[in-house]
Amino acid sequence: MDIKREDLLQLYYYLKLTRRLEDRATSLYHQGKILGGVWTSNGTEAVSVGYGYALEKNDIVAPYFRDMGVFLIRGITAKRIMAQYLGKKTGVTGGKEGNVHVGDLHFGVFGFPSHLTDNYPVGAGAALAFKIRGEKRVVAACTGDGGTSRGDFHEGMNIAAVRKLPIVFICNNNQYAYSTPLKLQMAIKNVAERALAYGMPSKIVDGNNVVEVYAAAKEAYEVARNGGGPTFIECKTMRMHGHSEHDSAKYVPRELLEEWKKKDPILYMETYLVGNQIAEKEELDSIDLRVKKEIEEAEAFAEESPYPEPEDVLKGLYATPAGE
Amino acid sequence: MKETTYLEAIKEALDEEMARDPDVFILGEDVGVYGGAFRVTEGLSEKYGEWRVFDTPLSESGFTGAAIGAALVGMRPVVEMQFADFISCAFDQLVNVAAKNHYRWGAATPLVVRAPYGGNVHGGAFHSQCIEGFFFNVPGLKIVAPSTAYDAKGLLKAAIRDNDPVIYCEHKYLYRRIKDHIPEEDYAVPIGKARIAVEGNDVSIITYGAMVHTAIEAAQTLKESGVSCEIIDLRTILPLDRESILTTVKKTNKVVVLHEQTKTGGVGAEISALISESCFDYLDGPIIRIAAPDTPVPYSAQMEEAFIPQIKDLITAVEKLMRY
Repeated sequence: MDIKREDLLQLYYYLKLTRRLEDRATSLYHQGKILGGVWTSNGTEAVSVGYGYALEKNDIVAPYFRDMGVFLIRGITAKRIMAQYLGKKTGVTGGKEGNVHVGDLHFGVFGFPSHLTDNYPVGAGAALAFKIRGEKRVVAACTGDGGTSRGDFHEGMNIAAVRKLPIVFICNNNQYAYSTPLKLQMAIKNVAERALAYGMPSKIVDGNNVVEVYAAAKEAYEVARNGGGPTFIECKTMRMHGHSEHDSAKYVPRELLEEWKKKDPILYMETYLVGNQIAEKEELDSIDLRVKKEIEEAEAFAEESPYPEPEDVLKGLYATPAGE
Repeated sequence: MKETTYLEAIKEALDEEMARDPDVFILGEDVGVYGGAFRVTEGLSEKYGEWRVFDTPLSESGFTGAAIGAALVGMRPVVEMQFADFISCAFDQLVNVAAKNHYRWGAATPLVVRAPYGGNVHGGAFHSQCIEGFFFNVPGLKIVAPSTAYDAKGLLKAAIRDNDPVIYCEHKYLYRRIKDHIPEEDYAVPIGKARIAVEGNDVSIITYGAMVHTAIEAAQTLKESGVSCEIIDLRTILPLDRESILTTVKKTNKVVVLHEQTKTGGVGAEISALISESCFDYLDGPIIRIAAPDTPVPYSAQMEEAFIPQIKDLITAVEKLMRY
């Protein structure tokens, strides 16, 4: 697949933006400025950046919680995300929710429920709506390796496959569901083998190679958009931090982390861009500088933003308050 | 005005709303060519096609999640639970996704879940339950339970047009047993408003669903002995119409709360507490709850009759209350 230079540089920009934003959130967490937890996509950023960047403007994302790249690509700004972490009124959910529990229909992003893989059937429903209305839009729904053990994974995959719905299911296989390694999660070697049971085509990609994730997703979206039905894409990667930032992840063998550190998705992309003479090191440095500035501005915005009012707790339960 | 059964009224509401709004569609098990286990959707598949009367796999969580996803992108799905009892399989999607979408991230979920519920049909523990209590403690949901054909049609239309998730409890026992003269022209019954089914002065009987008819029969007998009962048909269970409840208490000063749902932690408990908190001074005697005992629904006719509140139980309670 030919990918334009400007797209490759954008992929790099979003990898950097995701990494730096989540690194900063981690620091703020350790400074006690973030009340709840911080869950990052550290080490797995190429998954959300790759599949998110391959979507068209009118498509829908039904994300999970290591999908920061998708939020940024869709147009949810670093400012609003930083304010979300700090529980500010200007955050994506105005303080109603914290951290990665964001959603914004203006950008085609469904909210993320913590009950993993709830968003597979929900995403399939949006795809069903597109099919009923004859719209050429697709859905990307994401979950983790652990999430593929839940019933909603099965039910969402099955409905989509039976009716050839325009949806692509992504799995961020980062080897650990909290502390539980893959081998205690499933008796199969590849998560993608699950797709076979639904009669659904699947692909296994290097989840640390953003170009490969992007290309695989793009191709699957086009199949779905043209009536070819769903695809399951397993992105093999490695979670480099704990489940969340309070978790030191001592249960993960150090050698495993050392091995994956060499395959860091950002390092990989830098080597790819410079090695193939697509960009000079200086150009990448200037992108990084832009990212740093954006994060600083986002943090300042979040710090200066007001907190919600206590009485906001009672607002917004219903879209149509009863009796009106 | 034409004579219509409770079941026909539900079907008419579906048919008319589907004709009026192309975003309205039905999904569930066997709703298509077969017309649903109770034949509520019979003929609609031929009229609107297999995509708008959508047969799903046996997958309550999956198709409820899918309905939520479709609703998020502008459809107005009506889910049919084959029996209300199976709604437990979709509990997570309703409680954690549908109910919280608007509060958490501002997205409306215009979803209706039709739940054929209730006993007296010899269905045993898995085909007879009252499920409203499971969801009564879930902020963000609405629950309605019509007792007449007029309300069955009007409340379903209101539920479909509402922008929030509504659990529509349709009592199986009433399907073909009651008929009303209902208007030919379009109408909706507002969600959140109770009605006075029978006006009276001495005792208030607050109830809903099939028990409204039990209350009416009891009231007729009591009238012969000079006791005038006022029957409040709640129509909407969540949110409760506090004003109608408090108004009748202030008028009669004596209250019986009647429901088919089991007693502990039920809707009646909440109504009793509401009355105690808000107009204790108006009460002449204790609030009496008549409800099913705290057991699963038994199968044998002798036991099921003992399980479901009977006219004689209500008469005994009212007579006791009249001594205050």
